[in-house]
Amino acid sequence: MSWIDIGALADIPERGARVVKTELGCVAVFRTAEAEIFAVSNACPHKAGPLSEGIVHGRRVTCPLHNWVFDLDSGEAVGEDARIATYPTRIAAGRILLDGTALRKRSAA
Amino acid sequence: MKQKLIIIGAGMASGRLIEQVQARDPEAFDITLFNAEPRGNYNRIMLSPVLSGEKTYAEIVTHDDAFYAENGITCRFGEHVVAIDRARKVVVGQKGEVAYDKLVIATGSAPFIIPVPGKDLPGVVTYRDLDDTNAMIEAATKGGKAVVIGGGLLGLEAAAGLSDRGMDVTVLHLMGHLMERQLDEAAAHLLRCDLEKRGLRIITRASTAAILGTDRVEGVMLEDNTGLEADLVVMAVGIRPETRLATDAGIEVARGIEVNAQMQTSDPDIFAVGECIEFDGHLFGLVAPLYDQARVLAGSLLNGPDAFVVKDTATKLKVTGCDLFSAGDFSEGENREDIVFRDPARGVYKRLVIEDDRLVGAVMYGDTADGNWFFDLIKNETGIEEMRETLIFGPAYQGGDQANPLSAVAALPPEAEICGCNGVCKGTIVEAIHAGANELGALRSATKASASCGTCTGLVEQLLQVTLGDAFQMPTVQPVCGCTDLSHEDVRRLIKTKELKSQPAVWQELGWTTPNGCHVCRPAINFYLLADWPLDYRDDPQSRFVNERKHANIQKDGSFSVVPRMWGGITNPRELRAIADAADKYGVPTVKVTGGQRIDLLGVRGEDLPAIWSDLNRAGLVSGHAYSKGLRTVKTCVGTDHCRFGTQDSTGLGIKLEQMLWGSWTPHKVKLAVSGCPRNCAEATCKDVGIVCVDSGYQIGVAGAAGMDVKETERLADVATEQEAIDLTVAFIQLYRENAKYLDRPYKWVAKVGLDWVRSRVVDDLAERSRLIDAFELSQSVYRRDPWAEHAQTRAQSYTPLADLTLEAAE
Repeated sequence: MSWIDIGALADIPERGARVVKTELGCVAVFRTAEAEIFAVSNACPHKAGPLSEGIVHGRRVTCPLHNWVFDLDSGEAVGEDARIATYPTRIAAGRILLDGTALRKRSAA
Repeated sequence: MKQKLIIIGAGMASGRLIEQVQARDPEAFDITLFNAEPRGNYNRIMLSPVLSGEKTYAEIVTHDDAFYAENGITCRFGEHVVAIDRARKVVVGQKGEVAYDKLVIATGSAPFIIPVPGKDLPGVVTYRDLDDTNAMIEAATKGGKAVVIGGGLLGLEAAAGLSDRGMDVTVLHLMGHLMERQLDEAAAHLLRCDLEKRGLRIITRASTAAILGTDRVEGVMLEDNTGLEADLVVMAVGIRPETRLATDAGIEVARGIEVNAQMQTSDPDIFAVGECIEFDGHLFGLVAPLYDQARVLAGSLLNGPDAFVVKDTATKLKVTGCDLFSAGDFSEGENREDIVFRDPARGVYKRLVIEDDRLVGAVMYGDTADGNWFFDLIKNETGIEEMRETLIFGPAYQGGDQANPLSAVAALPPEAEICGCNGVCKGTIVEAIHAGANELGALRSATKASASCGTCTGLVEQLLQVTLGDAFQMPTVQPVCGCTDLSHEDVRRLIKTKELKSQPAVWQELGWTTPNGCHVCRPAINFYLLADWPLDYRDDPQSRFVNERKHANIQKDGSFSVVPRMWGGITNPRELRAIADAADKYGVPTVKVTGGQRIDLLGVRGEDLPAIWSDLNRAGLVSGHAYSKGLRTVKTCVGTDHCRFGTQDSTGLGIKLEQMLWGSWTPHKVKLAVSGCPRNCAEATCKDVGIVCVDSGYQIGVAGAAGMDVKETERLADVATEQEAIDLTVAFIQLYRENAKYLDRPYKWVAKVGLDWVRSRVVDDLAERSRLIDAFELSQSVYRRDPWAEHAQTRAQSYTPLADLTLEAAE
């Protein structure tokens, strides 16, 4: 694992998200609670809706295009046979860290 | 021969360590105890009762002079340690050196001081030790105003203590809810209510900009320019491990002094314990793990090795009258399920988090009697499969009929209170059911159960089902969503009657079954709250659909459309040039004239939105709200200005209406039109409000539709003057804002309440009409502004990616 500091926790509002650009597309970084972060693929497998723009509730997000709901922890779509990629995250001293190794794997794929 | 042991710091952990070492082998060490404070070990977690006056210092001393004398401990109190010389194995105190064989660093933590101007003024105190506590007690004797910065455990205890001592206390908290590390929003809402009842003023999302004063503190200024008077400021925003001595001595320090499971630092003869350490990435602030560490360390020092493991801890707040409990991990997750119990009448909230048939977290407020039982279930990882149905009712209700989903209700004793408003217990309801009240309405008139606020309706219905079995058919009201059994109408009514002014208040008081709603209910509740309490409630962007959060319409490829407002459909060359320039500059692929008489720029990249808005703002263009559940357009024809048939200035009236109404949020989108004559070129007769000008004045039609349904407007009234036309329009829209269900267009709402009901309020009752107009104006004092300008100036950052790792890879 190689942890990359991508920004401050305070840069993402609670129940909000921001994107991080990577080689092969955007990763959506969600803040579901005061100190809880998830990173997943930003593209909904249905019609590529930008998940980072969805409404965040509990540990879930609803896609803004057609209301598919995803669990951010597992990446599974609720009630659909689909899933999105999830990436390890860490919070340290108020900063958000993403695992560079996992993101490069995505790039290589 | 005895080894020489030096302990730096006389806090909770070191006190326990000395006891453990002396109990196991009193002959092993010559102990020297340094403490920067001029006193020995006392129970720091009891400082809050000392502050509030419930205890004295003498009562919280854990080790007195006699103890140190009896155990032959050399006390160097009131003396700072200057350095640790590891090469010579000596500790350098202010009054001289002491040699050691083994050294324990127990320096605890230091309060975090926020770096704002004025932080060093006299009258600004922290809350860590007895001197701080005494300083606060001293300040409180003079009375006056105190501001506590930080709404965590420590801050709230300080605030409650100062308030008990007669000060007028305001708590400032940076986050959206109090004690966010220990509580979820619902529990924090109840805590806030209780603290406010005690006279504390609480401001959340409060960011301190400066502490004001010349010779001593006089006030606090917030980032939003709110000024607060203060005679005393307490900083309780957090703590950080006190690691300076270790760092200077070259011992490995991360956030805290790094130790292994034997509490050993990177120097094998030096150990550390308590709040100053970091173990496996964890820091420690509660007392239970500190005691564990002290026990392990005693073993390490005496060759009785043991290993420290991080365990769950439970939190309780030491403020009289605020009963809360929090333990374990209560965040949500895929494999996790919540069991939520709310009793609004008693102010009780309990939430259990379950994963793989194990209880992993618990948050409780108002009734924490079962807290330790739940904490045991968490610590012992007890399987809870067998008692799941009744788990939340606590240990007293285990062992009922598990197969029946209604068993929790069935298991309640006859004296259990079901309806808190009217004090009706289960026995009374069951008796009434046996006496013939076999449906909800009859039961309500017989017992008054669920007849007031209605939040216990679900329970009462379950009792009907338990008692009558299949003879009772559960009614089918259309609930807002899966988070509640209440309908939109019920929720709106309860928000008004119970004066619920925040989302956590709605979730708690109306018994939401999820921690923070879902994508269906959140936008609705957000609207209801801002419509009913425009000054008290602040719009929550995170509860809005992306279009309303980003003030642009998301397109199928994730790009956005930008539609500037053209008042009444009128524009000019300067505006058109600015639009053309913006389309060029941002590579807008499609420019389209809309049905609402304005121009749509389609395909703008999300990141470009603040910049394009800024450019359009410079030409005087503002948001057209083409994305909102709010006023969209007022379509007009050219009226008397140019048209040979025009009877009134339809364009002028359209512009006036649009300037009056823009920016307002409504249950669904609202479209208006004003036609200058009955030829109706502006197609006013299929709008939410459509005005047709005639020689004698204005015909006002409402509740038209031209979308999924097509429907002609119904005549609300004919009026003679332009002002009356404006008044009736505003009053109609406000009545719609106050009463309609979220996502009902006016035609659907009017069909439900009837045009007569609307007319009686908007047209006939002049007092009500003017109340509606005033209420609308009050709301517009907050919302009649351009969100594009606001976002371009203050929130542009949030439209950009948080980071761009593609750049890094290229380097």
